Order: sequence, then structure tokens, then C-alpha cells
Amino acid sequence: MLAFILRRTGQGLFVIAAMVLIVFFGVNVIGDPVWILVSPEMTQDQIAEVARNLGLDQPVHVQFLHFLKGIAEGDLGRSFVHGQPAIKLILERMPATLELAFVALLLAIVLGIPLGLYAGLRPDHPLSRGIMAVSILGFSLPTFWVGLMMIMVFAVMLGWLPATGRGPVSHIFGIETSLTSLEGLRYVLLPALNLALLKISLVIRLARAGAREAALQDYVKFARAKGLSPRRIVGVHILKNIMIPIVTVLGLEFGSLVAFSVVTETIFAWPGMGRLLLEAIQRLDRPVIVAYVVVVVCLFVLINLVVDILYSVLDPRVRLSETSS
Amino acid sequence: MVRLPVAGAALVAAALITTSAQAQDVRIGVSAEPSSMDPHFHNLTPNNQIMRHIFEPLVFMDSRQAVKPGLAQSWKVVDDKTWEFKLQPNVKFHDGSDFTTDDVIATLARAPDVPKSPASFAPYIRGKKVEKIDDLTFRIITETPNPLMLNQLAQFGIISKKNKDMATEDYNSGKAAVGTGPYKFAEYVAGDRVVMTRNDSHWGGKPAWGKVTIKAVKSDPTRVAALLSGDLDIIETVPTADVQRLKKDTRLALGSALSNRVIYFHLDRHRAETPYIKARDGSAIRNPLNDLKVRQALSMALNRPAIVERIMEGEAEPASQFVPESYPGTSKKLKPTAFNLDGAKKLLAEAGLPNGFRMTIHGPNGRYANDAKILEAAGQMWSRLGLEVSVESIPSANFFSRASTGGAGGVPEFSLFLVGWSAGTGETSDSVKALIATFDRAAGMGAANRGRYSNPKVDELTRIAIATVDDAKRNALLAEATEIAMADIGIIPIHYPLNTWAARKDIAIEPRSDEYTLAMSFKLK
Repeated sequence: MLAFILRRTGQGLFVIAAMVLIVFFGVNVIGDPVWILVSPEMTQDQIAEVARNLGLDQPVHVQFLHFLKGIAEGDLGRSFVHGQPAIKLILERMPATLELAFVALLLAIVLGIPLGLYAGLRPDHPLSRGIMAVSILGFSLPTFWVGLMMIMVFAVMLGWLPATGRGPVSHIFGIETSLTSLEGLRYVLLPALNLALLKISLVIRLARAGAREAALQDYVKFARAKGLSPRRIVGVHILKNIMIPIVTVLGLEFGSLVAFSVVTETIFAWPGMGRLLLEAIQRLDRPVIVAYVVVVVCLFVLINLVVDILYSVLDPRVRLSETSS
Repeated sequence: MVRLPVAGAALVAAALITTSAQAQDVRIGVSAEPSSMDPHFHNLTPNNQIMRHIFEPLVFMDSRQAVKPGLAQSWKVVDDKTWEFKLQPNVKFHDGSDFTTDDVIATLARAPDVPKSPASFAPYIRGKKVEKIDDLTFRIITETPNPLMLNQLAQFGIISKKNKDMATEDYNSGKAAVGTGPYKFAEYVAGDRVVMTRNDSHWGGKPAWGKVTIKAVKSDPTRVAALLSGDLDIIETVPTADVQRLKKDTRLALGSALSNRVIYFHLDRHRAETPYIKARDGSAIRNPLNDLKVRQALSMALNRPAIVERIMEGEAEPASQFVPESYPGTSKKLKPTAFNLDGAKKLLAEAGLPNGFRMTIHGPNGRYANDAKILEAAGQMWSRLGLEVSVESIPSANFFSRASTGGAGGVPEFSLFLVGWSAGTGETSDSVKALIATFDRAAGMGAANRGRYSNPKVDELTRIAIATVDDAKRNALLAEATEIAMADIGIIPIHYPLNTWAARKDIAIEPRSDEYTLAMSFKLK
């Protein structure tokens, strides 16, 4: 177990290093941030001074050495736009994004698995066909459009839910969250649903395919012959067996929920780190872009690790040393 | 599948009692978030407009950018290089301390040199020396005559001398965010909102709102939706596509003002052959933009009223020069060039190019209202003139660096390109100096002259104007420089956009030409 975790950490560090290298030089090819930052009244000398202050007058490899030196001191660079450490800006906004992703994941599980199971166990029922048809919509409609439609319908026309933003925040065990009050839940519902839409569809399809396959297996027939109640057969035997692919996919998808909630956060003005990334890209705030990539890669490495460990819990046949080879 | 969570949401929502805001509270939706709560960190509209609530400048600008007394009650010009200011008496900071000359001195010392500042206030402050006379009187002495003294002092807010050495982080946390303004700092949630409360003892009288919440809602449709749903009371930068619809909505009121911004085409004037203009067969030709007749033809072939009506949906006015005519220093004689396709064709033939040429025009995407659409429309209009036009819209992150230094040897890259310019100081000299004066690094002239237009007569007039303290004389010189540059088609102006705000019906709007969204511009009817 320990050897496994160590090996995984080593691999993770390699991935992070490779990504940082690619992204650092990648963002340096695009444009010159000075022209986005300066105010138009500035003279040529004042513009050159800004470039000097931000270290942008140096060649790329020198900038990279500065960056490496910073990393050695635990500093991923300062945002050009905010003048603050990039990692601080990201961590400040991370709870909001994690919270949104968590609720979205919860929605995907709570809605996706039962609907998928139903569709898988009764494939010919009209309701199942309906579920599958809607899941195709969930896959194919663009997130930003669905988000806007949700706002138009539920906030503007019906006035049930707030259109934008995050609800009042409180601290539980030091974790900042808006999920403890009803008001906060009202704010999170639309963006989380919008973010979850694709994942719900995904889980439905996975659960359905798994259930259809499992329903024909010998152990299900045996269980039925033994006289177990259908509830027990579905709820324990089938469900447990179809969970492995779902857990794998959801684990990875949780990473993507956190990392790529950019569109949803922008549409719903959710104060998370996805919006920070979008602004950073638009304003060529290179340190923030690089730091964001580091954070996201770390997140993915961590999630993969957790998924692998969860595997062994769900399926005792899987040994951790084997999965890593 | 979509239905289930929605039904659940409806139940939850219906069961809740919506908390309604206090009548004296106002929630304002802006299009970009501030990068800091430090008034001197970043000279940028999204920051400045929020800072203006908490920190006040010595000189105010009204909604049309005319200067009027602010923290300085009065002033007089002692000589060409010396100005004397008298401060408002009995002004107190939010922490109860008195406002005096020392705070002005502290501000002028801090503002130009905030560490890590990406765009400092140095352009307005360098070259000014303060001399204290008493607690409420001081003099500013400049190295050269500075007619823009008042406009420059209107750009930055005054901090308390106690907070002179505070870091940007201390302002962000609110610890140092102590000013004299009508609203006091209450809360700053980075990436989300700024909350301010009424300063009951403000020297200018009791401010209108009890609590002001400014939220950044970047997405245009969402900002409009948030207003329609009642989440916000006021929004800025109403998208042009929504203006007509919102005007018909009886629950809302709109207010707009002509902005201090001009949208225009800059033309490559510094190369004998320009990279994005070729003959129709693709072979190299001499740069046709160096021919006045070609420039006139391009300007005449632009149907400005059509761009204003169809693309801007009426939310703009055709432009004739660098700054809208209502501002000081503009020419009252200039009119927008009338659309005349036949005349333009004739000019092109006279220039020896009856068959036109092939060109690619460039512009930013998403920087100005409908910028990419305007570029496309201009491309079509020039196609009708007989040119073979390709249109390339580039994300602004990339556009501005290429337009400034993207060409071989660090010169501007493009041949004919769309840009915008706003006159932050509320007059013409900064525009003439930056856009059309010869690019000269040592003199700090022509910094935004990305076409490298150069005309000795314009330079001469500009040089005299920016050292002329007498307003009438200076403005006449600037108008003359503008007329010469426009007759020479130094730039091709397109339009001046309108700044539009929308608010709840019971809120009166005083729209501003400088695009600032201030709670002070809104009152309950």
C-alpha cells in the first residue's frame, strides 16, 4: 500500500513538472500582458517601466529560472493583475468551486444512478425510453445555453430561484460553505444542476449499461432462485457490481467538474476559481494560469489515487499493487 | 430527467420566504471585477469606479467630465507652473480623523509607486511637487506648465496619511480602506462583491443609499437576467441587443450618455509596403494607405449611420474626430464623413487603383461593444468599394500586443485595424498627444499611435497646446490640430458608443460619459 502511494506520488510529480513546463512556455508565446495591463494614457517609458516591474522585459528562459527559484521557496508567482500570490487567489476561490462541484456530483449520483438502474432493468418501458432520450439532450445541449435558459425560466419568469451569485457563507469546522442555510441552497441549485447535467446523463448511461449486463448474470439468477426479494437483488447485488465503472468515471469527472466549471461559473457569476482562470486567460495573467494548472494537476493525481483505493474497497479481488502496473 | 430536480427546486423555492432587501439598499451589477481595494494599485475603470465611493479626489468630474470642486474647495493659478489649492474645511476620514494638507502630501507620495502595480497613477503625479502652506492650503509646483492639472488631480483618491505605508493587502482586507467618501468600506469578497455602507457624516450631505453592494456579473445575458429577476437593482453596460427590449419593460428605466470613447480605424503609415495589403494577384504593391485619395475613399465608403443603426442598434453616434464634439478642445467644424460609394470609387480610380487591392483588416474580439461585427460590416462596405477584403477578429489578449509591437522589429503589425480610445481626462489633448502625434519615445508622444502617422504641423500645434495654460487658447490649438489630422485622415473614426445603464423603475439615473458606475449617480425617485 505504502509503496503504491509512493510510486503514485512520484508519477504525479513528474506529470506536474511536465505540465508546468508546457504551460509556462505555452502562455509565453501568446501576446504580451503589458498591453492589456497598462492604462492608455501611459507614455512609452511608463509602459516599459511596467514591463520591468513585472519582469516581462527578461527573456523567457530567465523568467522561467525566476519561476523555478520561486517554486523552491514555495511561491508560484504573483498575479500581474492583482499583485497577490497566484496560489492565494486560487485557494481563496477554491471552496466555492469545490462546493459547486460537490453538489453537482451529488446530483449526478442521486439522480443518475436510480434513473439509470430503472432504464437498465426495464429497457422497453416507455419511461426508460424517455429517460434515455432526455439523457441524450443532456449530452448534446451546450452548457452555457442550458444555463441561460435555466436563469430565464426559474429566475426571471418564475422568480423561484436567484439568478446569480453565491448565498450567505458560514464556516463549519473551518470549511467555508454556503450549503448550511436554505438561502445558500437556493443559490447553489441552478448552477450545480447546470454543471451536473452532463454528468447525470453520463451516470444514467453507465448505470443502465451495467444493470442490463448484470441482470443476465448467473449470480442474479441464483439470487432469484434462492428467493431473495427483487429489492435486495437490485439494491445489493446488482448495484454493488455496477459501481466500479461508475466510481472510476465519477472520480475522474469530479476532477473535471472542479477544473472546468469555467462556463457555469461565468454564466451564474459564481465566485469560484473557474472564473478566475477565464479572467486570467483574457488578461494574460500568466502566473495565475500556471498556478491554476499546477493546482488542477495535483487535484487529478489525488483523485486518481483515491479512486484506486476505493476500487479495492468495492472489489476485494483488486489489489493496489496490481492496478498500478 | 431534467424535470425531476426542477420540480424539487420549485418545492424548495416555493417553501422559502424570500428575504427582501431594505428600501435604502442598492445592488449594482458591473461587468468587470476590481483587481484590488487599493485606490492606487491599478488605474483601471473597474477599480477606479469602486474606489470613488470610498476615496475622493481633490477635484471631481461631473457626469460630463467637467471639473468641479471636490476635496479642494477652490484653486487659483499663481503662475504657469504654480497652482494654489484650498481644501474643504471640516472634512473627516471614516475613522474620525481630520482631513488636511498632510493627507494630500501622503497620497501624492504613495500613489505613483505602489509595488507590483500593473498600471500606476504615475502619469498624473510625476513632476508635481507639493508645498504646504497651512493645514488647508497648499501649492503644487510643476517642472513645465501643466494645463491639465485639474483633470489629472481628478483621477485618484486621497488616502489618510496614517495609511501611507500600508501594503495593497491591507487595503484589500479593509484595514487601510479609510477615505473621506460618501460610502465606507464594509466587505470585499474577491471575485464576488464589494459592500459599502453609508458615511452618515459625509461633508457633502447624507448619501442616498444605506448599503451599496457592487457585484461583478461578467456575462451580459446573466447581468440582464439578474436585473429582470430582481437580484440586482441597477446594471451597467446594457448589451445593445437588449436595449430595445428593456426599454419596453415597464418595470425598468434606462439612462444613457454619449461616452468619451471613439471607435476608429488606424492605418499603417510607416511602411512603404504593408504586410496585409497586396495586389489582387497576391504580388507586393506599395502601401496604398500612404495615398490621401485612398484614405479618403476608405472613409467615404464606410456607411456610419448604417453601422450605428443596424449593428449598434442606435446605441452610438457617427464620429468625426478623436473625442465627441461636446468636449473641450474638439473641432466644431468637423462632421462625420458622409457615405458616398460612387465618390469613393472615383477617388480610388484617381489614385491609380481602379481595380482595388487585396487586404486583411484586423480588430479585437470582445473588447468593445460589437467590435467583431463592426469589423465585418466595414469589410463588406469596402468589398462594395471593389476591394478584396478578409476580416480577422483576434481575442484582445493577443490583439493589442500584435497591434502595438507584433511586426518585424517590434513595430505595429497590422495594416488597417479597428481600435477604441477613451479620453480619460475629459478633454482632447491627451488623445491628440497619444494617438496622432509622431511616435517619439523620448518625448512620451504618440504612445498609442499604432499607425505611426506623422505630421510636423500637428506635432507643433500639440507641443504648444500641452504647454498652454489658458483654456481658450489651448482648446483652439487642439481643434486646429484635430482639423489638420482629420483632413489628412490620420485615423478613420467610426462612432462614439453610448454608455447605457438600466435600473428599477423607481430609481433615477444620471448617466456618465466616463463609463463609471457610481452609486452617487442613482437616487430613489
